[in-house]
Amino acid sequence: MEEKRNIWKDYQKEIADDHYYYVRSCIRQSFFPASEEFFLKVLKDELGKDIFDDPNHTTCTGIGYHADVVPFETIMTVVARHFALMKESGYKNIIISCVTSFGIYTEIIETWKHFPEVLEKIRENLYKATKREFDIPLNMTHSSDIIYKFRNEIAEKANYKLINQLTGRPLNVVEHIGCHYSKMFPKYGVGGAEFPLVLAGMIKAWGGDVIDYPERRHCCGFGFRQYLVQANRGYSAANSKKKFESMEPYKPDLVLCNCPGCTMFMDKWQYTISELEGKTYGENNQGVPVLTYEELAGLVLGYNPWDLGLQFHQIQSEPLLRKMGIDFSPEDKYKTRSGIQMPMPECPANINF
Amino acid sequence: MNKKVVVIGGGITGMEASVQLSALGYSVTILEKESQLGGHLKDWTVLFPNLRKGTEIVSFLEHGLELQEVNVIFNSKINEIKKINKHYEIIVEGRKTLVADAILVATGFDLFDAHRKEEFGYGIYENVITSYDLEKIFAKEGEIRTPSGIKPKRIGFIHCVGSRDEKVNNHYCSNVCCVTGVKQAMELKTLIPDAEIFNFYMDMRMFDTHFEELYLESQKKYGINFIRGRLSEANETIDKRIVIKVEDTLTSRPLKMTVDMMVLLVGMEPSKGTKEIANLLNLKMRESGFLKPEDDHTMSNVSNMPGVFFAGTCSGPMSIKYTFTDARAAVTKINCFLKEYELQNRILVN
Repeated sequence: MEEKRNIWKDYQKEIADDHYYYVRSCIRQSFFPASEEFFLKVLKDELGKDIFDDPNHTTCTGIGYHADVVPFETIMTVVARHFALMKESGYKNIIISCVTSFGIYTEIIETWKHFPEVLEKIRENLYKATKREFDIPLNMTHSSDIIYKFRNEIAEKANYKLINQLTGRPLNVVEHIGCHYSKMFPKYGVGGAEFPLVLAGMIKAWGGDVIDYPERRHCCGFGFRQYLVQANRGYSAANSKKKFESMEPYKPDLVLCNCPGCTMFMDKWQYTISELEGKTYGENNQGVPVLTYEELAGLVLGYNPWDLGLQFHQIQSEPLLRKMGIDFSPEDKYKTRSGIQMPMPECPANINF
Repeated sequence: MNKKVVVIGGGITGMEASVQLSALGYSVTILEKESQLGGHLKDWTVLFPNLRKGTEIVSFLEHGLELQEVNVIFNSKINEIKKINKHYEIIVEGRKTLVADAILVATGFDLFDAHRKEEFGYGIYENVITSYDLEKIFAKEGEIRTPSGIKPKRIGFIHCVGSRDEKVNNHYCSNVCCVTGVKQAMELKTLIPDAEIFNFYMDMRMFDTHFEELYLESQKKYGINFIRGRLSEANETIDKRIVIKVEDTLTSRPLKMTVDMMVLLVGMEPSKGTKEIANLLNLKMRESGFLKPEDDHTMSNVSNMPGVFFAGTCSGPMSIKYTFTDARAAVTKINCFLKEYELQNRILVN
């Protein structure tokens, strides 16, 4: 632990304190829509920060880039447009919601640093196409960096802790960092690539224990080509399985992710594995809940789990809510905000909801 | 009056060179930063390739110092070195200024700090140790236990830790780690005959006398396994064993193995002292930080500063045998310089 602290000291990044320009994630808006909403709400309402959610920004085209259908020059110009929008709105600090996008932004900025002629070419491309000009952000962070920065403020306002109310012991939390967060450029990640602190810091601040299991660094299996090509999806699921097998002896209560792909696949592949292999992880064959850092921050702060969108996950979080001692209303789980009952999903054959 | 030579560093090089210089009639002072002589050698129990005890070499060197009058100043910290005409003034903290007609830099190496390879988990996982730590375990005698307190059944040695590694900016080979890995594997196998031992290497660089024989013996007689593969990362299991992930580069397949103890064969780096002295004397260094001679072929041991010479591992990784040879070679150069032999000024024609 002492040694990890030393490593964390070596990889500290500057995280701006206020006035942020926010770029959203394609996947997160679709699969965990409450996460981004809640992120904005926490920053504005709980922490009193200035953050601009710009309706004019687009996808970064990252999925196309990693699928080899969008060339590097194109994606650089798309990102340059986002920087131009930020400049036009009067912001200098950018927050990126998606780890894939974050990796792309870091890759692009590093490319421009080493190849200034490429930067000039992109300035020219953007100007020709849109008559826009841009500045490179003064401060670039992933949204998990921001929650990490304010983890202690969140802990001070917390209604619940990551402590099992039945045993009084800290919850065992698996932290899973998206590969593109810091594996390419360790200096851009809080705590570097080998022992990242970004999620571990939140878990510790909110009372939980971080599990260090043998396949902790292993990729979730998302890997674009693995899931985009249907024939490769078994490879993707096999990677998630490898991780779940490795973490199983540590009896994890929850998996916390900062990458949309990891959150989605580590959640949904549990169903696939249960169907293919008849194996379900977690206590009583209930699966291991996989949450985003905003969802977990929301639970800690005492928000209604259904407003946080936890019912949209594959693995249901009621066992976790009970452990944390969270008061929730089961009958509201599938109701709209206005109280209309929505259709209820079927219970999978091998997951014990 | 005898000419004066100050030797900076009291390891093998400093000790042997001092004995030889003193025998030639020079007045020699060793400046040693520690409270005893012997450098790294005193931490090593048995030596390759013949498994003799390290203490034998120390006693050989000490005997030399007893035969010759060599002044040793322990716990010395050099604050400044000034060149005044043809000699040097060395200002040592809390002591009288020393005057030297020639200086021999023998500041040696530091072991690579394995914490820098974060992905190997040294200092984080208790059963990841270095070759240096293993020597300390050997020195304790008695039954071999892992830091967790169990008798290890499977042990992995990782070669080239901090050497030939672009990621830590050490491009050079440390010379001695391959054969150290063979030696330590054999020692462990002798102490724990039923243990399985695996050495993960890039190349086995068995360049010196008896090295290749030792390598073959370790396989034939001791059953040590050698796998050509580079460690990518290590992790800990719930029972504190170490999961090793390597690529077997002969079969081109990833390989995963769980061991009770993992030993990192740490290489050599220019010592902190070498860098400090190089700064004080404006000595030229290679990109690696080791001292750079005036000419790699003809002027080894000769620095860019007149009257300043160097020898041993401050100029690059080398084994004990070559450290002795290098120390004695430097003595010849210093002797030529102080006697103002013509040989000193031979011309190189392109």
